[in-house]
Amino acid sequence: MGASDILLSVEGLRTAFDTDAGRVTAVDGVSFDLAAGSTLGIVGESGCGKSVTAMSIMRLLPRPAGEIISGRVQFEGEDLIQVPDERMQAIRGNEIGIIFQEPMTALNPVHKVGRQIAESISIHEGLNRKDALDRAVEILRTVGIPAPEVRIDEYPHQLSGGMRQRVVIAIALACRPKLVIADEPTTALDVTVQAQILELLQSLQKELGMAVIMITHDLGVIAETCSDVVVMYAGRVAERGSVSQIFDNPQHLYTVGMLNSIPRLDSPRKQRLKTIDGHVPGLMEMPVGARFAPRSPHPRVAEYLNSASFKEERPGMIEVDTGHWVEDCSYVRVEQ
Amino acid sequence: MVTSADGLSEAQLLDVKGLKVHFPVKEGVFSRAKKFCKAVDGVDLRIRPGETYGLVGESGCGKSTLGKAICRLLKPTQGEIRFLGQEIGNLSRAAMRPFRRDMQIVFQDPAESLNSRHTVREIIEEPFIIQKIGDQAFRSAKVEELLDKVGLESKAADRYPFEFSGGQRQRIGIARAIALEPKLIICDEPVSALDVSVQSQILNLLMDLQKELGVSYLFIAHDLAVVRVISDRIGVMYLGKLVEEAPGDELFDNPVHEYTKALLSAIPTPDPSRKHERIVLRGDVPSPIDPPPGCAFARRSPIEVSEEVASQEGRYEEISPGHWVELHPATVADYDRYSSR
Repeated sequence: MGASDILLSVEGLRTAFDTDAGRVTAVDGVSFDLAAGSTLGIVGESGCGKSVTAMSIMRLLPRPAGEIISGRVQFEGEDLIQVPDERMQAIRGNEIGIIFQEPMTALNPVHKVGRQIAESISIHEGLNRKDALDRAVEILRTVGIPAPEVRIDEYPHQLSGGMRQRVVIAIALACRPKLVIADEPTTALDVTVQAQILELLQSLQKELGMAVIMITHDLGVIAETCSDVVVMYAGRVAERGSVSQIFDNPQHLYTVGMLNSIPRLDSPRKQRLKTIDGHVPGLMEMPVGARFAPRSPHPRVAEYLNSASFKEERPGMIEVDTGHWVEDCSYVRVEQ
Repeated sequence: MVTSADGLSEAQLLDVKGLKVHFPVKEGVFSRAKKFCKAVDGVDLRIRPGETYGLVGESGCGKSTLGKAICRLLKPTQGEIRFLGQEIGNLSRAAMRPFRRDMQIVFQDPAESLNSRHTVREIIEEPFIIQKIGDQAFRSAKVEELLDKVGLESKAADRYPFEFSGGQRQRIGIARAIALEPKLIICDEPVSALDVSVQSQILNLLMDLQKELGVSYLFIAHDLAVVRVISDRIGVMYLGKLVEEAPGDELFDNPVHEYTKALLSAIPTPDPSRKHERIVLRGDVPSPIDPPPGCAFARRSPIEVSEEVASQEGRYEEISPGHWVELHPATVADYDRYSSR
């Protein structure tokens, strides 16, 4: 990836939350780059920090509990962490769109669909009500909603789940953003509807030339839609690279474990699946060293768990192939 | 008729015939219920001792309602449910109680299905108390044994559900379900809320317990890859009806119904080198309230037919041993071949 075509660059992002039990660092030093027009997947299990990463980039953390402690989010020459609130508001929606998992909560139930789309257009583009509504109809047609002239006068509850998600996509794309962050956009949908929505996102992306950050727990969705992947574990990046590097040549034992544990359409029936032993450490008891180590199947991992380096040293990242980075700790890496 | 080891004939564990569950739908404040939501609309299904029957379908297809009607958490509108050779479709709550020993249920969200004010011990020993089995010492020993069986430490007994992770809570739900050594467990989306690495642990546990206890499962899920791993036979539901049923491999190697094909093609595969053609269906699933006449799938099928043909009912037939399909010009590609037999 040449430096020139990088649209978004996240460096050392750390985000903490104040909870009753104390301060927890949900995102602990996450870095990645995103090229213009490409699709980056962020994958990991619940609590790994993937959604908090997205919320931090958008500056949509719940206040005052959530706070970005350090890091930089470079987007088109600006550090999004430093820009004033008003500037961030202009960027959100205009240049960065967001698609949430649950369309029913993302949409306002008491406003008609057309008004919700038109609102975003008139705020960002200064169009009058009539023109904005016309644009809304046009956008609804692009996202494949039949009879959009009729649909703009309906309320969200009158639409099916798939249609609602199309409306959310329409709002996110209304101002033709350069980047769309999709946080589990199809998780609440059935597989056949999911297929429709993914197809739609991909064709719109091609048409509008926007970049997408796809946040999901579903490795299948990542494999089918993304060009690059960030695998997160316990608030940190375990491994990142191109989709073929991650799926065909995974280097982190967590990635390997996750890929092995999914049932596939060609895995043997009625036979035990592979699993990852143990569980994710609690947010209050995160080790400084390699966080996956307590679950690692590495034969000599016990040595590491008892060592001073596990208690004191945070492993860096090492580039094992062009653009393929993995946590630099031999106890959580595939043996060379 | 083949008889299995514990003396049950093949057909005798569970035999459901023509089952319908219709809910009245009220429209407006003053009107009486005139419309019905046909959640389950004529399902035939059999489960043999020791096997897993996987039931798949998208949200609203009626799969969970079917599961709840079978274990009589709901009253069926019509049809037969024969369990262990007896008709249970019309039994009262009290008359159902002895059958509850042999039929248990595991729900999707263990956080909601476990009483948060009870300790794990109280949750697991409750079935014994309700069925008046054993004394305090017996129950205590049982709780320990069951926790061990599902892979939890015995000290878990005196903790509360919220102290556990999702996967551990599902283990507690499973421990309670197997407590009375039932012959059938209805598993309603038991792994849908879990992360992939935990999901595989729970699927393994269910498969291990089946080997050990010989229990049958009705395994309800929307994820075909998950259902495939655990099931012997699989049924696909669409808008209240079974549209295809076949032994596990057969359904995946040789799907016949266009809906099954579309479902299979829609699953994203975790393999970037394998780009496959998705069959994207037209429109949305119709509402089970006032479903369209005739074949419910005809108007979405990639095989387009006239409205006249669509409004004719399909026939549910066995096209090869154990492989049942809804035959209709819009649901199977080779309709003439099947219909001329």
